[in-house]
Parts: sequence; C-alpha cells; structure tokens
Amino acid sequence: MEINVLYYLLPSLVMFCCGIYGFLTRKNMIAMLISLELMLNAVDINFTVINRFIYPDGQEGMFFSLFAIAIAAAETAMAIAIIINLYRVNKNVDVRDANKLQG
Amino acid sequence: MDYSQFLAMKQEIALLAIFLIVFLYDTFMPKKVLTGLSGITTILFAAFTLAGFGLMCGHTESAFAGMYVTSPVIATIKNILNVGVLIVLIQSASWNNSETQSTRRGEFYELLLVTLFGMYLMISARHFLLFVIGLECASLPLAAMVAFDKHKYESHEAAVKYMLTAVFSSAIFMMGLSYVYLLTGSLYFDTIASSVGCLDAQPLLIVALAFVIAGVGFKLSLVPFHLWTADVYQGAPTAVTSYLSVISKGSAAFAFMVILAHCFGSVYSAVWEWMLYGLIILTITVGNLFALRQNNMKRFLAFSSISQAGYIMLGIIGNNAMGMASLMFYILVYIFSNLAAFGVIQAIENKTGKLDMSDYRNLYKSNPHLAFVMMLAMFSLAGIPPFAGFFSKFFIFTGALSGTTSVALYVLVLIALINTIISLYYYLMVVKSMFLSTEDPIIETFRSSCADRIGMWICTAGVIALGLVSYFYNSILTLCQNSGLLNAIV
Repeated sequence: MEINVLYYLLPSLVMFCCGIYGFLTRKNMIAMLISLELMLNAVDINFTVINRFIYPDGQEGMFFSLFAIAIAAAETAMAIAIIINLYRVNKNVDVRDANKLQG
Repeated sequence: MDYSQFLAMKQEIALLAIFLIVFLYDTFMPKKVLTGLSGITTILFAAFTLAGFGLMCGHTESAFAGMYVTSPVIATIKNILNVGVLIVLIQSASWNNSETQSTRRGEFYELLLVTLFGMYLMISARHFLLFVIGLECASLPLAAMVAFDKHKYESHEAAVKYMLTAVFSSAIFMMGLSYVYLLTGSLYFDTIASSVGCLDAQPLLIVALAFVIAGVGFKLSLVPFHLWTADVYQGAPTAVTSYLSVISKGSAAFAFMVILAHCFGSVYSAVWEWMLYGLIILTITVGNLFALRQNNMKRFLAFSSISQAGYIMLGIIGNNAMGMASLMFYILVYIFSNLAAFGVIQAIENKTGKLDMSDYRNLYKSNPHLAFVMMLAMFSLAGIPPFAGFFSKFFIFTGALSGTTSVALYVLVLIALINTIISLYYYLMVVKSMFLSTEDPIIETFRSSCADRIGMWICTAGVIALGLVSYFYNSILTLCQNSGLLNAIV
C-alpha cells in the first residue's frame, strides 16, 4: 500500500480538532494547556509533511516546524508560570474558579 | 553572509540597544540610583523616537533574502507606535516609582521594549516565519506584563485568560499558515501573492484564510474573538492596559492589513472581503452594545476599544492606498485620545484607587483639569468635531468607499455611522457624570504628579492638533500613495 500524504494530514487535522475540543471543554488549566499543545503539534506535523511530500525541494516547512516547536516550548513555560502564580493565590487551577472579573 | 544587511534594521537595532542599556543599568547599578530608571528609559526612548522621524524619507530596503522589509511607510507606522509608547512610558512613571514597584521596575521596561521589538518585526516581516516570531515576541512578554501586580488576584486571572487565548489563537493562526503553505508552497508574502491569484476561491483557501483572520482577530479583539478583552483589560495594571489597548492593537491592525492586502490581495473580493464585512458589523455593534452597561472605567474602555477596532478594520476593507493612509491616521488619533483617557484614569487610580464611573461624579468640581482632559478624550473617541476623532472617522469612511461602487460597502459605512451615534451615548455618559451630576464629588481635589501632567498635556495637544492641522494626514497620504505596497495590487 502506498502511503499518501492524506494519511498524514487527516490525523493531524483530527489531532487539531481534539485540541480545540479539549480546550473548550476541559476545566483544569493544565489539561487545557495539554490540549493547546496538541494543536501546536498538529501544526508541526502539517508543516513537516507538506514539505516532505509536496514541496521536497525547499526546506521552509521543516524550518518553520523547528521554530514552531521552540515557540510552543516558550509559550508552555510562560503559561505554566502564570498558572502556578494563580495557584498560589487561588489554591486550585480550575477555570470555573477564575471568574472574579465581571462587569 | 553579508552582515551589512543588518543596517537595514536601524530602528530594531536602536531599540535593542536601548533594551540592553536599560537591562544593564537595572542589573548592575546600585539600589540607590535605580529610581532614575524610569527617567533614563523615557529620555532614551524620546531621543530614539525623535531620531526615528529622520527615517521617514529613506527608501525601501530589505534584508535576509527579502524576509524583512523597511520603507518610509513602515518607518512611519513604527514612529506612530513610538509616540504612543513614549506617552505610555511617561504616564507609567509615577506608578513605576511607587513603593510596590521598587523591586520590579526594570522588568516592566525590559518587557515593554521587547514587546515593541516583536511588533516591529510583525510590521516589517515579509515572510510568515519572521511574522510568527514577531507575533510571539510581542504576545509572550505582554502576558508577563499583565501578570505584573503580583499581590493582586485579578492580575493573575487576567494573565491566565490572556495567555490561554493568545496560545490558542496562535495555534489557529499557524494551522491556517500550514494550509497556505500547502496551497502555495512558500511562506514568502511575494510568492504567496503571485500563486494565490490563480487559486480563486478554493474551499481550502477559504478555510486557510478564515484561520489566519481568526488568529489575528484574537489579537485585535474582533467579535467573536473578543471574549478575553474585557477581563484582561480590567485585571491588568492600568499602565499595561493602556499599552495593550493602543500599541498592541495598532501594530496588529497594520500587520493585518499588510497580510491581507499584500498576500491575499488578488482574492480580495472572492474570499476575504465578505469575511471582514461580517466581522466589522459584529465588532462595531457588539462592542458598542456591551459598552453601554459598564461601570468600571477600564472595562468600559475595553468594550469601546473593541468597537474602535471595528472602525480600524474599515481602513482595510477598502483595499486601497487611501484606506491605508486613513488606517494609519486612525491609529495615531486613537493613540492620543485613548491614552488621554487612560492618563486620567491612571492619575485618579494612583491617588485614590477609584476606578468606577460612578466615582467620577462631579469630578469637574474637585479636579476641573482632569475632567477637561477626560471630556476631550471622550469627544475625540466619539468623533465630535473639531477634535481629531471626527477627522479620523471621516477619513476612514472615505477610505472604505473610495474607488468602489459596491452597494454593500455603502451599507457597511451606514451601519458604522449609526453605531457612531450609539457610541456617542456611552461616551457622553462619562461626561455627564463628570459635569452634570448634582451630588458631591467622591474624588477629592488632588494634584497629579509631574509626569502624569506632561503625559496628559501631550495627549491634549495631540487630540487638538491632529484635528486642526491637516499637515499630518496629508503627509501620511502622500507617503502611502507613493509607496508600492498597495499599488502593486490595486
């Protein structure tokens, strides 16, 4: 069986949608962060696969995913730091409890 | 490698130099002189801003194989942002010199300069890799700045909300980019522009562009991607809120225009005109309707800034040079009028800790000057002549309509006009509570600090001068018409 590019793009799309679903439904901030990570990884897969299978001449997609991985790491570090700060004052990381700001 | 190409990035390198000076000063100087940090940063930045005006008559240069471009128009928008940042720096001086800020004063300035650097990259980028790096460089330090009030719960909650939505939006944005890459095989704006033309309205292109617009729409807080805005604006320290609402929004709006007009200009009417059309109507209307029922001033300005973002988008939907000029002028005017309002809010918050609109009742009795500046800001935001806001709205409507005969755009401008009248109601509510209330004022008479007053003077002068002197708009328009940025496409 020949491996078509769609066999890579569809799972990554499913992964992305799972990430969105998780982000919207999970109540724990760490779980939300994991969902975001899923979305960002789906992007990395997409770029690598498109570069490898459709435009094998250049390296743009590979480099974009390299940078995207670094950026995702920075984002996660930042988000974890902020969540820990919130945990110090709130004693939990449930988004339902982060609702004091209201008009 | 040819290192001389770094010379094209004069503004970025100068900004990094300021950042390094501030960083080294903050790290190595003795504790006693650290209170001078705010003054030094402001003076350095003022010199940098003035020097930046010299670049406006330069010519187009590019670096890193065309990934980075600078031109007179780009230098101008950077200068406009610089003016805004300078005012923010002046206005935040007294907050930064307070006791609670003493241990982390330097961090505020460092983070602020880094975010500005990221915005520069966003504006100058002509390759999506550089754009994404600039976007993240602008939004990650901003999240740290939102979380700056370490002892306040609200600040943390706002930071969490900002951070999670920022990451979510950048993930969506990059997913859109991956589909653009799939369709065109490149991430260079030029290559995308030339190959997207023959794609027409392919479903995948529509999906890709919808993702890209949604991603940037989060940064610009367009409805329906606006839900974070009010909470973040309310929870963040006021200095950060003012920065977030004008500088971050202004740079994102310009970068958004470059992406849409430059990369996807050839599918303007087929794909993104109607997307933007819906977004603008929703943004202006929903922002206005929610602003009507706010009492907290920062929350109120958050919703007002959402609807202002809708007006800024009107400059993009025209897809012509006049729209571009009016967008830049709108950002400039918006910087002055919004920062005037935030200057007053910050001065009052620093002295009394009051933030609610009901606390402002009869402010005219106790602090006539502050009430006057606030009134000016509200009039300008609402668009009452002869203040700057009227002309910026006028030009942006003209820009949206120039060179078009489409009835839809006329309807759009009509809706925007009706919304201007709705917005007049809530802007005047503030003025009414300051001037026409009969009860005793809550806020006592006080004298705001020197830096606060300088900041408010600059904003007042800006609001009046931009309304009365036509030089500013004319020079921006000439610059835009001479530049090849939009002309190649229109």
